[in-house]
Amino acid sequence: MRLMSFLSLLLVLALPATAEVEVHATGDLGVVIERTTGSVLIVDQSDMDVLARVEGFGDLSHASAVFSPDARFAYIFGRDGGLTKLDLVTQTIAGRVIQAGNSIGGAISDDGHLVAVSNYEPGGVRVFDAQTLDLVANFPTQSKTIGLVDAPGGRFVFSMWDTGETWIVDMSDATPDVTKITGMGANPYDALITGDGRRYIVGLFGEDGMSTLDLWSDAPVAQRILPGYGRGEEPLPVYKMPHLEGWALAGDRFALPAVGRHELLWLDAQRLTELGRTKTHGQPVFAVARPDGRHVWVNYAHPHNDTVQVIEAASGEVLHSLKPGPAVLHMEFTARGHQVWVSVRDANRIDIYDTQTFEKIGEIPAETPSGIFFTARAHRIGL
Amino acid sequence: MARAVALLAISVLAAPSLAAEALPQAEQDRLAHFVQQDCGSCHGLKMTGGLGSPITPEALEGHTVDGLTSIILDGIPGTAMPPWRPLLTEIEAQWIAEYLLEISP
Repeated sequence: MRLMSFLSLLLVLALPATAEVEVHATGDLGVVIERTTGSVLIVDQSDMDVLARVEGFGDLSHASAVFSPDARFAYIFGRDGGLTKLDLVTQTIAGRVIQAGNSIGGAISDDGHLVAVSNYEPGGVRVFDAQTLDLVANFPTQSKTIGLVDAPGGRFVFSMWDTGETWIVDMSDATPDVTKITGMGANPYDALITGDGRRYIVGLFGEDGMSTLDLWSDAPVAQRILPGYGRGEEPLPVYKMPHLEGWALAGDRFALPAVGRHELLWLDAQRLTELGRTKTHGQPVFAVARPDGRHVWVNYAHPHNDTVQVIEAASGEVLHSLKPGPAVLHMEFTARGHQVWVSVRDANRIDIYDTQTFEKIGEIPAETPSGIFFTARAHRIGL
Repeated sequence: MARAVALLAISVLAAPSLAAEALPQAEQDRLAHFVQQDCGSCHGLKMTGGLGSPITPEALEGHTVDGLTSIILDGIPGTAMPPWRPLLTEIEAQWIAEYLLEISP
């Protein structure tokens, strides 16, 4: 009885407040990282507009985000070890923990119950309850840990910069099961998992080539791909590490950035052999396939980072070049690929392009924007 | 000679230092932005480290301007620190070295 009256009181108190809140469904929302100010914009992709700026995320160098399955919450991973849960409905921070000294990204489990964070200092992966942000498991690796992704079956996969290992952590039972794969190669800098959850691809900085694992195998073994793609030439200085994301598959081939070369490499997705390469404007950072896989949009490392090129997957030809402005850091397609949003850090702007005509159709102001993440990622393996 | 000593004294005591004096303010602003954002892509916006080592004044204690300038220009072979000589002049690299040692961005 006391509980009932308490609840009624809560209802009475809450009603006038809720009546004033404008309802925004989250399916076409996204977040934009404002790296210098430690703030995050909540954006409406359909309206091409900013709904809110939320502050208090700490050091957002190299920050990234994943979403809860209901696309209500974004989990933001900051450089300072901060894991922050942002409520897109109330536009407020719903929880925040400093879980390590220096972090590099994260992932959410396939069931949405667990959020994992990849750390440089101390090296390893920590896993948290997605609801409470309480620590659930800790996997110290004695190495800077990169390329953390979710995989089907309640698994997380990540790799070690210093030791060249990949670990597969199965969180589906109460006691986590860890499979360690050695010999992935020298200095893995990032990794991706394909949208079907089968293939994990690791980029190598310390070695001329890449490597991959078949996650459908019971005992995955490291397999070299694109060995010696640098053809023995001295690599160019790398002013920004490339990034690998689950958008690399374009039709029947992967588009992969070369390290220390002005090239995009094409890998046959079935045979894992090289199909060719495209000469590019600079060293690729992101090579992002449009969701239909027909075109790949590529941005570049400093000092060529004012340019974006659109490359046709089937022919490998550069179809179009754009110069959005100084320091293009990230590109995000809408779920079906009709638009792409581009962060132009030093212009303090997000540019929005029509992906059929390549025309710029809008822009929104943002303070030194970097990552752009739409909630459609909530429903994709590895994003 | 007295002038050189005076300049040296200034550079030891406080900013602006010798390299900083040689560069126009707009150029210094551009370099400070470059350090925070582009060095920051590996070393962190607050220089607290990432894939690259921390390069806060505390972390760099014991390093000299000359030593850092040479690391910036020629990189550290066998690591991810690239040589910036193709993109920066010696005076710019020296300014960055002094900036990193003196100022916490």
